[in-house]
Amino acid sequence: MAEEKHSKTLTELTPLPPTIDPGPEEVLGPGHNYDTVTAKISNIVFLPLKRTPWQLAAVFVGAFALVNMFMVAVAWLFIQGVGVWGINIPVAWGFAIVNFVWWIGIGHAGTLISAILLLLKQDWRTSINRFAEAMTLFAVAQAGMFPILHLGRPWLAYWLLPYPASMWVWPQPRSPLVWDVFAVSTYATVSLLFWYTGLIPDLASMRDRAIKPWAQKIYAILSFGWRNSARHWQRYQMAYLCLGGLATPLVLSVHTTVSFDFAVSMLPGWHTTIFPPYFVAGAIYSGFAMVLTLIIPFRKWFHMEDLVTMRHIEACAKLMLGTGLIVAYGYSMEAFISYYSGNTYERFMYLNRMFGPYAITYWLLLTCNIFLPQLLWIRSIRLNVTAVWILSLVVQTGMWLERFVIVITSLHRDFLPSSWGMYYPTKWDIMTLLGTIGFFLLLMVLFIRTLPAISIFEEREEVHRKVAHAH
Amino acid sequence: MHIRYDDRFGLYGLMAEFESPEALLSATQRAYAEGYRRMDAYTPFPVDGLAEALGSRWTLASPMILAGGIAGALGGYLLMWWITVIAYPLNVAGRPLYSWTAYIVPTFEMTVLLASFAAVFGVVIGLNGLPEPYHPVFNVPRFSLASQDRFFLCIEARDPRFHLDRTRQFLQDLGPVEVSEVEK
Repeated sequence: MAEEKHSKTLTELTPLPPTIDPGPEEVLGPGHNYDTVTAKISNIVFLPLKRTPWQLAAVFVGAFALVNMFMVAVAWLFIQGVGVWGINIPVAWGFAIVNFVWWIGIGHAGTLISAILLLLKQDWRTSINRFAEAMTLFAVAQAGMFPILHLGRPWLAYWLLPYPASMWVWPQPRSPLVWDVFAVSTYATVSLLFWYTGLIPDLASMRDRAIKPWAQKIYAILSFGWRNSARHWQRYQMAYLCLGGLATPLVLSVHTTVSFDFAVSMLPGWHTTIFPPYFVAGAIYSGFAMVLTLIIPFRKWFHMEDLVTMRHIEACAKLMLGTGLIVAYGYSMEAFISYYSGNTYERFMYLNRMFGPYAITYWLLLTCNIFLPQLLWIRSIRLNVTAVWILSLVVQTGMWLERFVIVITSLHRDFLPSSWGMYYPTKWDIMTLLGTIGFFLLLMVLFIRTLPAISIFEEREEVHRKVAHAH
Repeated sequence: MHIRYDDRFGLYGLMAEFESPEALLSATQRAYAEGYRRMDAYTPFPVDGLAEALGSRWTLASPMILAGGIAGALGGYLLMWWITVIAYPLNVAGRPLYSWTAYIVPTFEMTVLLASFAAVFGVVIGLNGLPEPYHPVFNVPRFSLASQDRFFLCIEARDPRFHLDRTRQFLQDLGPVEVSEVEK
């Protein structure tokens, strides 16, 4: 009986039929029932390899090439040391820290969508939470590499952890860099747990739909033998809700702690109390931009317009606009306080940012992060998928520039003019940055083709909610 | 005297299949009212009130997660205190060794970490008895639909009120798609 069912749905759904986007009011297209949502999402994975959309295959090839470039860049770094990068005194924190903060910021939207929108009971969360969580995980993986590569002796990275060393030396908990180790490693671990917990029931669905015996076995092992028992669901829901409640303050704490790396120092341009909230808002801003960058092609290539509807796109665009305005407030406060403090060094730092040798990055940053995203006030632009996609790329560029401006312009001219200097990235810096983008995309492509990219059981709940409403 | 069907016939129980969560919920309520206790329901998504209808009103989930959080908070704080005061006292410009404000971030992170471990390894995996690669319910051919679009109620043979014919008749009267025997 079950086999009959599988073969029927597979022939029905490949090649993927065109779908109807129900517009900006609905989170789910018309005509769906429990079976069709299950079939539609799981068939992204069960699609024969030859039927993979060519665009996805192209991304895979491009990303794979970038990963190889990354390995070359990192190998050369390990052979030669951090001198291959453009860093020196006074700018000892170059691309590595810029990229670290950028990637970890991108990761934040995943947990925000999963946890905070779960607690707020936002129905549009369902179709994009799994995707965003995966994005978080892969972005944090990229972020985590940078501080370690930047260590100079990366094989000694475990010295960052409190462990009983034979010399009885311990990390210094009064340093924000040690807090960062705790924050980022906890964030990576909890993001993984949250993502995997959400996956368990869906892996059981995949197990029950898989046709090839080896696929059934793999999904069975990964699902821990989940059998959809009501008693299990009860504990599962409680645990999932608690994880949401735990992840919510966690996501706020992580970028706060990252901002402490800067704010706790005494350097003009870093030493400000506005950093924690403005870093968190910026992180969510770039994270939503990344969600849009990834989900818009995904829904088009896999014809998921009835599951990821204009409602999702518009909600993400609105959140991008909102967090962008918080970031704009942060920038203006930073500028105002530099002036209002009356401190020579603070004032000089800001003037140098605006009109110094790196002025172009500052004005580009304002254009990308503040001016252009204001277009999202217009509803017809929010509902134009191409425009939103382009704006999401603009915002990510802007957020990368923001971290560049914060790290480089604050460091390169500090208190003493005799110690001023310039920072120029080398080709190894750029190869490492592009390499992590490739690694990130590669992981996303593999995720889409091996695991359910949309939460199936929550989508079934959505169907049930819709049916219950109709009665 | 009860006849223990599970021992005599290698039978795990009787399973009824329903088409909607509402039908399953009312069937479960009637089975509970009938006096059945050893039973479980299987649904493709969490159904509100179903666990309560099965008689499971309380779980150890929240106390366990709370305990994890408390352990993490105490552990994180004490670790930071022990490092700065006992194991590696470092005099930084005469500031006190016991510098508790600097412990806040690691303490918070450890709280979240251990509470999350408790939630996943303690509750989702531990309390649910996972991983459980073999379970008799998987012997029912149509049971794979429990993860897709069908809703199942299984009354287990170890229930004292279980009787092969009477329980089957009871389940038939609830209007299921079909009733099948679950082999052990």
